[in-house]
Amino acid sequence: MHYLAAEGLRLPTNGLDYLILALYFVVVLGIGFMARRSVKTSLDFFLSGRSLPAWITGLAFVAANLGATEILGMAANGAQYGVYTVHWYWIGAIPAMVFLGLVMMPFYYGSKVRSVPEFLLHRFGPSSHLLSSIIFAVSAVLIAGVNLYAMAIILEALLGWPQWVAIVISGLFVLVYITLGGLSSAIYNEVLQFFVILAALIPLTIVGLKRVGGWGGITDKLTASHGDNFLSAWGGTGIGSENPLGANWLTIVLGLGFVMSFGYWTTNFAEVQRALSAKNLSAAQRTPLIAAFPKILIPMVVVVPGLIALIMEPQIGKPGSGLDYNHAIPVLMRDLLPNGVLGIAVTGLLAAFMAGMAANISSFNVVFTNDIWRPYLKQGQTDEYYLRIGRVVTVIGVLIGMGTAVIASSFSNIMNYLQTLFSFFNVPLFVVFIIGMFWKRTTPAAGFWGLLAGTVAAMVNYFWFYKQGVIEIPSDQGANFVSSIVAFVVGAVVMFIVTMVTKPKPVEELAGLVYGTKSPGLEEPPAEGDDAWYRKPALLGWGAIILAAICYIPFSF
Amino acid sequence: MSNTDPQHPGGAETPAAFQQEVEELERQSATAARLFDIRRIIGWLFVVYGIIVTAMGISPSDSDMEKSQDININLWTGLAMLALGLFFLIWQHLRPVVPPSAEELAAAADRPDVH
Repeated sequence: MHYLAAEGLRLPTNGLDYLILALYFVVVLGIGFMARRSVKTSLDFFLSGRSLPAWITGLAFVAANLGATEILGMAANGAQYGVYTVHWYWIGAIPAMVFLGLVMMPFYYGSKVRSVPEFLLHRFGPSSHLLSSIIFAVSAVLIAGVNLYAMAIILEALLGWPQWVAIVISGLFVLVYITLGGLSSAIYNEVLQFFVILAALIPLTIVGLKRVGGWGGITDKLTASHGDNFLSAWGGTGIGSENPLGANWLTIVLGLGFVMSFGYWTTNFAEVQRALSAKNLSAAQRTPLIAAFPKILIPMVVVVPGLIALIMEPQIGKPGSGLDYNHAIPVLMRDLLPNGVLGIAVTGLLAAFMAGMAANISSFNVVFTNDIWRPYLKQGQTDEYYLRIGRVVTVIGVLIGMGTAVIASSFSNIMNYLQTLFSFFNVPLFVVFIIGMFWKRTTPAAGFWGLLAGTVAAMVNYFWFYKQGVIEIPSDQGANFVSSIVAFVVGAVVMFIVTMVTKPKPVEELAGLVYGTKSPGLEEPPAEGDDAWYRKPALLGWGAIILAAICYIPFSF
Repeated sequence: MSNTDPQHPGGAETPAAFQQEVEELERQSATAARLFDIRRIIGWLFVVYGIIVTAMGISPSDSDMEKSQDININLWTGLAMLALGLFFLIWQHLRPVVPPSAEELAAAADRPDVH
């Protein structure tokens, strides 16, 4: 049955499409080899020597999030939930990205930490550091594996490649270019991938719009078949009213817009790492802010194709159709793109899968080497030693990821569970960061227990209260929103109580880590040209927030 | 140098020691001086892609045109990609990366190498 569905999605690719794809693979490897000569120290390998310009780190920041699972998933959400999907962008990403740039980046970049867990080490101490490092390392490798597996399924359907071929080829390419060039080649490939995926999605959307009669055609057809609220961002989200998302405006704003998105964007090291590789504080602050502008516009080429697919294949996602919601974009590729652009689209999709995996691997090797191996297993070695460990760990990480992908093909439900499980870790991490950054009194013990309690609370809410039916939430998405609110509140309360009964760190050890303090000797003069008006972080940040708010207007009334 | 200090694993490294180490590594870093300019790669790849895809759009078959809803999508996408590629190449040509100045190089050479 599954096999038949896969046959139906086969793309009519020809030799020219494969030429486009092959050229891309050559360039990817070339970047790895050319970046190799820039790697002299472990800092070059792990953080590009903290020397990249803001436009590169900014595009890499958005591209690291624009993996293929994200693109296919958000198009799927568009087909399933309609215009509600824009919440994942405009309220569920932009405010958090701006907050990271304007408020948190001075602490991250200014304290010269090399990873998000390292900040925890300085602010709270080893227990919370080790806990978060291990969870991050394990989840990064598993997510890389799940990503590979997702790619293998799609490539099998689209191109007819056996799953293991897709897993081995892309795994090995990622392995080679990151082991050679470290973060620099990961970031360069992400910037390249960003443009290729846009070159794929924009023509797809244009042809798709023509096919269904423009935005007017979408509105008419989907309103007739799915009702008015399907094309509205807030319609039907009153508390107690029914909508396909299974969430109301309060859980959307608090759960998705505040805790979930702030947890992901401000503490996920795979993202923050891009900003930490910027060449100075101004560039680091601008990294998520520059990324915010493409992020605002991406729904136009991701969610809209989801809606178009729903019109072209009204049975999509229904049992028996052989198509699930994740096939929205592949269906459009099959039906609308002639050879040539089709090759670009296949290349873009593959590039996005590889970049998604590479982002996880290039952050995993930092955390494993700097935050686990070095402090707790093998201290006091030379920099060359840790650079070598970083490379070895990259190879091992990719191999485990490939193994995970193979295992996932027989236990895909377990993988979904694991992903949900790890998704519960970002929110408590965010609680610990935000309280730790703004409240000097917060103690090391509070950091650890807040992290643990928040994580456990989210799991209890999701796996027990929701899955066992103790409380009534209409959908998985809605349950995720509620779980993260629970994690936030429990984490915060536990931190407050533990702080009251334990001893804080001496104030002088917190310089540069807590709001209102400065690290000694960190006063960098602004670089030349950074005082130009268009490089002012505050202007960029507030500009992004206002633009996101304006985008809501046509979908709110 | 007590490795058993529970507050600072990694040989009693305080935040200040970590920062010093990063500063030192930053000084030795080779990325700024040796990393190539990605604009050149994006530029050339998009020029080549642009040429291939535009060529496909010069005389499209009827079935291709029907598939893409009577938009010559290969032609337009190809030209757009070509333009983007040229933009990156021209940008790189007009505003090349400034190599480290003579003083910076001299300062780097003066520093004792720790290796």
